[in-house]
Formats: sequence, structure tokens, C-alpha cells
Amino acid sequence: MSAPRLRARKLDLKTGKVDLSHGAGGRAMAQLIGEIFAENFANDLLAQGNDQAVFSVPPGRLAMTTDGYVVSPLFFPGGNIGSLAVHGTVNDLAMAGARPLHLSASFILEEGFPLADLARIAESMGAAAREAGVKIVTGDTKVVERGKADGVFISTAGIGVVPDGLDLSGDKARPGDVILVSGTIGDHGVAIMSSRENLQFETQILSDSAALNGLVADMVAACGESLRLLRDPTRGGLAATLNEIARQSNIGVRIEEDALPVKPEVAAACELLGLDPLNVANEGKLIAFVAPEAAEKLLRVMREHPLGKDAAIIGACVDDPHHFVQMRTSFGGGRIVDWLSGEQLPRIC
Amino acid sequence: MKYVDEYRDGKLARGIAATIAREVRPDRPYRFMEFCGGHTHAIARYGLEDLLPENLRMIHGPGCPVCVLPVGRLNDAIKLARRPEVTLCTYADLMRVPGSDGMSLTKAKADGADIRMVYSTLDALRIAQEKPARQVVFFGIGFETTTPPSALAILQAKKLGLKNFSVFCNHVLTPAAIQAIVGAPEGASKVPLDGFVGPAHVSTVIGTRPYEHFAETYAKPVVIAGFEPLDVMQAILMLVRQVNDGRAMVENEYIRAVTQDGNLKAQETVAQVFELRDTFEWRGLGAVADSALRLRDAYAEFDAEKIFDVHTVAAQDNPACECGAILRGEKRPTDCKLFGTVCTPETPMGSCMVSSEGSCAAHWTYGRFRDSENRRAS
Repeated sequence: MSAPRLRARKLDLKTGKVDLSHGAGGRAMAQLIGEIFAENFANDLLAQGNDQAVFSVPPGRLAMTTDGYVVSPLFFPGGNIGSLAVHGTVNDLAMAGARPLHLSASFILEEGFPLADLARIAESMGAAAREAGVKIVTGDTKVVERGKADGVFISTAGIGVVPDGLDLSGDKARPGDVILVSGTIGDHGVAIMSSRENLQFETQILSDSAALNGLVADMVAACGESLRLLRDPTRGGLAATLNEIARQSNIGVRIEEDALPVKPEVAAACELLGLDPLNVANEGKLIAFVAPEAAEKLLRVMREHPLGKDAAIIGACVDDPHHFVQMRTSFGGGRIVDWLSGEQLPRIC
Repeated sequence: MKYVDEYRDGKLARGIAATIAREVRPDRPYRFMEFCGGHTHAIARYGLEDLLPENLRMIHGPGCPVCVLPVGRLNDAIKLARRPEVTLCTYADLMRVPGSDGMSLTKAKADGADIRMVYSTLDALRIAQEKPARQVVFFGIGFETTTPPSALAILQAKKLGLKNFSVFCNHVLTPAAIQAIVGAPEGASKVPLDGFVGPAHVSTVIGTRPYEHFAETYAKPVVIAGFEPLDVMQAILMLVRQVNDGRAMVENEYIRAVTQDGNLKAQETVAQVFELRDTFEWRGLGAVADSALRLRDAYAEFDAEKIFDVHTVAAQDNPACECGAILRGEKRPTDCKLFGTVCTPETPMGSCMVSSEGSCAAHWTYGRFRDSENRRAS
């Protein structure tokens, strides 16, 4: 009699469903990890099959971050929860000017979740990681009973290396600094919302979900010494991010509505849904605070990168003990750009 | 964005602003009330104050449905939602309005009450069809704009033979509220007004005729205006001209949507399902005669008040909260001691801080930088 084979039959990626055995630590789990995750994330560290990844790091300071993903719907125009999980964590590292190195990925799966969907998600994660130049080097899988989760939740952590001499931080903006945004705002939140509400527009609105480390590398190379800070305006949108920084840096912010890049279809959808693009999430945009003398150069460098082609200077920092973010409206009057109160879009990332 | 950007054009706005500045007489005040929260929101969001002369003041009116709902009725809705058999469907704005004892629909939901936020009455009907074992109650609030959809939902429920759908009706009438303001007895709480920016969406339903009484009897000019900022600017200019000419008439700036007679079909539908209540409590205005609607007896089977035997108990607002005086136009948000201290959109103490159409929320969210400028200047 021959020894029992670990994988008697391959996973049924067409009609198969996640069941409780896929999280039980037995063969079924090993098979799920092997055929779905290891297959799509393939790299030398993961292939060692240990409970941890062991590696050496290049010189510089380490950056570390973590994030949970519960977006609904799991698949949306322009991406899915898998690509989003990679982009979000890569971007959090990149906003420190770090070169992202490795990610971890932890999955909480709901019993009954289609294996085909899980495979699509893993495939997108693998592709997003390769494109961003990072490896998913360790992971975890849990399965919970039907009704205890919503399909799949993903939690990722990441580490990266910040080059010596670079020190970007939310408290470094000062009066006079110029503020740039890397492209059109509100695309991700509106893509999610319109797919949820079944809104049809002449052109489909795609999420901007993308890894920004390439763009950041170009920006740091050209203007590193003049950069004060970078941040990606995700949940809460540009409004929340500007308010966070105004408070952290003890400054006020003044922006011009006419300077804000917004796609017409996003503006139209916001109008229809009663949203303000300033409050709507982005997943592939950053804002940069830079010393005034380097602003034009930075704008040029950003526009040369595909992910910064619509970059714009949107305003500047002022001395303001109230930490107000104020906007000159296209209409001519002034107003505050406030944090969003309450919930605008539930579960957008 | 076509059909929207035209009404937000900054260059045109500056042109109208210059005309207003040229035409106002420096020796007199111009005090105009914009009745609707939609106008209040537009004024704050586009910073219209910056474009108007100093002796022209916009006074925010009570046209914010969430704001004028009295605490007693909100308590009723919370009580309904807490009944084990009830699923309460509500517009999201109402969720965070504080009721008595710090309770709100949001808190009741967290405690386990089955409360669903819906975009329209049709969502509530759908839930009733999908969940025949639940008593689905739609929390109907609002002026003449939201009343026709409630009427339609009731007619549809009757047609479908639904036995588990009802409406908790709090629909109110705009002309009655304007009457309460202009007809208030002379005294400290009477606000001197030189004219009204009349409702936009409400007027698409009721037309321009119902306002003629105010122009004739009380000599108050009324200009019906759309909710876009240029609409408001244009309406203000038209009001300034009426005042300067000594005229008081109903004019319609919003001709692209409002006619003299309004939407007759909607009016008929509402009249079929609803009838006048003798009196109804408004936050800020108190009991106002003939100011609200209830379901006709023919539709009693869809009337949540009858099904669940609702008897509203009048409840007090927080005594320090000035929502009442603010809704009458008597005080400004900054006159309230709670404004911006314990009362913010995150932790609202009064209804005016909850809805984005409320005066307090609009001023806090968009305009509070002006207060600090004033403080520093003084």
C-alpha cells in the first residue's frame, strides 16, 4: 500500500466553498494555503514554509505598518479587496518615504465563501505585490462560521526601509509650505458607492487603487530634502487628511476649490449621492507638503510619473492657532473644510 | 457638470454681488429669512456671506425637517423601534438627533432595536414585503416634498394588500410655519424681517400661490429660489429691489422647476391619503394650528399611531439649547452657549446641530472661521 498523498484531489476552484476544515489546521488547510496562497504569492521566503519569515534588512531606518480590510463589495470597478490590501499597506509605508520590502497577510474567511472568489483575490494580491516590488512572506488563515464574517476579511502588515537622511512626518509642515495632490480625488469612494447603489454613468468610475511607492521614489530622489511630509488621503478623504496635518503640525491650511482635480463623472456622482469629493476616500493618491521653493519642481516630477499625471498645487500652509482648513470656493466665498461627522460611506476599505 | 456648474459660476456670482452692493441703500438694514435648510446649507457651503454687503443679513428659517421635529415625537419613534415586532425605517439624518435622556435612534439601534436607514419609502415597502413577520414602520417626516412619496407608499401598500406596513406620520406644512413667523404677536421674540427667500423643492409641489397671502397681508416680499448658490444670490437681488421699490409680491426665480399651481398630481395624491391635524407641535414654533398632516381614517390600517396606540408626551429640550430661538430666527447659532463647546456635529445637543441643513451644523461645518476672525478683531 502506498503512503497517503497529501493532496488526493485538487481544490475545486470552480464550485468549491470554504468550509470549517479549511481553518482547522489539518490537511484541508494545508491544501488551501498551498493551492491558493503559496501558488499566487510565490516567493523564496514563503516557500520555506515556516511560521515566520527570517531575512536581513538593508541599512536605514525600518518603517512598519498594519491595516485591516473589510471593504464591501469585495470586488469593485478597478480592483478588489486583495489588490486593495496590498496597495493600502505599501502606500502606508511609502508615505514615510520608505522602500516597502515585505508584507504579511492574514485571512479571516467565512464558511461558504466561494473558493473561486478567494483564488481571484489571491491572484490580485500576488499581482499587486509583484508590481509594487514587495513579497508577501508570511500569513495566516482562519475560518469562521457562516454569518460571523462577511466573505473575507484581510489584515496585512508591512515593513520597509527609509533611506538615511529622510525624515517625513505629519508634524513637519510649517507656514508657507505648498500642498500638492497627486491626482483626481474621490475616485475610490465613488467607485465603491456606485457599484453598491448600481449607479450607471456614461463612463464607468474605476477605483484609483494603486501602489504609490514608485511615484514616491521619484519624488524623494528629486526633492527629498525639501519634502516635509506625504500622506495618502484614504478614509475621510482629503478633508480629513488636511485637518489631521493642520493639527499635528500646528498650522492652518488654505486651499482653492478651483485647483482641486476632480473627474467630472466623480463630481456628478457626488452631486447625486449628496457627497463632497473632499470627504470621499482615495486609494491611489497622495498629498505632499513641500518647501515653497521646491514646489514647481516637485509638481513637474510628479506629472512625469503615470500615477501623478494629474498632480496639482492645491494650496498652502498658514499660521493659524485654530488649525482651520479653509477653502476659497469656486463661487468666490470662503468656507471651512471640516472633518466628516458621522459615517459617509461604510466599509470602503 | 452640465446643468449644475452653470448655477455655481463664480464670475456670475461676483457680477450679482456687485449689483447687490450697488443697489442696497446704506441707510437701512435688509433682513431676509431663507426659509429652507437647503438654502441655509448653500449659503454656508459656498461662503455667500463673503459676497453680501454688511447691512444685508440672512436669517435662517425653520425649514429643516429634522430640526423642527419635537423631542416628544422622536421619543415616540424610539419607543416604536424598541418594540420587538417592529422594524423602523428612517432617513439617516434622524439617527443621531438626541431625544430625551440622551437616547437617540443610533443608540437604540446599538441596544438591539431593528432600525434600518432607507433612501426612500420604496425601500421600506420592499423590506415589508421581504419580511412578512415584521411590522415595518416608516418614520415619515418632512415638508411637502417628502409627503407625496409617503402617500404613494401607503397607496402601494394598500394595492399589495400588505398587513405589516405603516407610516408614523410627522409631515408638516410650509405655509403654516411661515404664518407662525410673520403672524407672531409683536414682542421680544418677533424677528423683524424684510422678506423671504421662498422654498425651492417644496414650491415645485405646492406652486407659488400659497405665498401670495404673506405678500399681501403682511407686506413681505417672497422670492422663490432654487438651492444652487446663484439662485440664492439672484433671489437676494430680487428681494433688495422689491424692498427698494416698496413692493411686496411673490416672485419666482426658480422658473425652471416651479409653476404657479405646482404639481397637481402630487397634491391630489397627498389629499387622498392625508388630512389636516388640528394642531401639531414644532420645535421652536410651539403648537401651530393646521400645520401638519395625519392619515385619513380610510387608511387607518397603515397608520402607525393607531396600530401602536401612540400618545405623544411633550418633552423638554435641553434647557441650555437655543434651537428653538434659532429656528424662529431670533438667535444666531453663536448666541447659544452650547455652540461649539459641548454641542458639535459629533456630539449634538440639539437638532440644529445634527442635520446638515440645520443652522448650527451649517455654521459650524462651513463658517466658524468667521467667528475667530471676529473674536480676534474685537
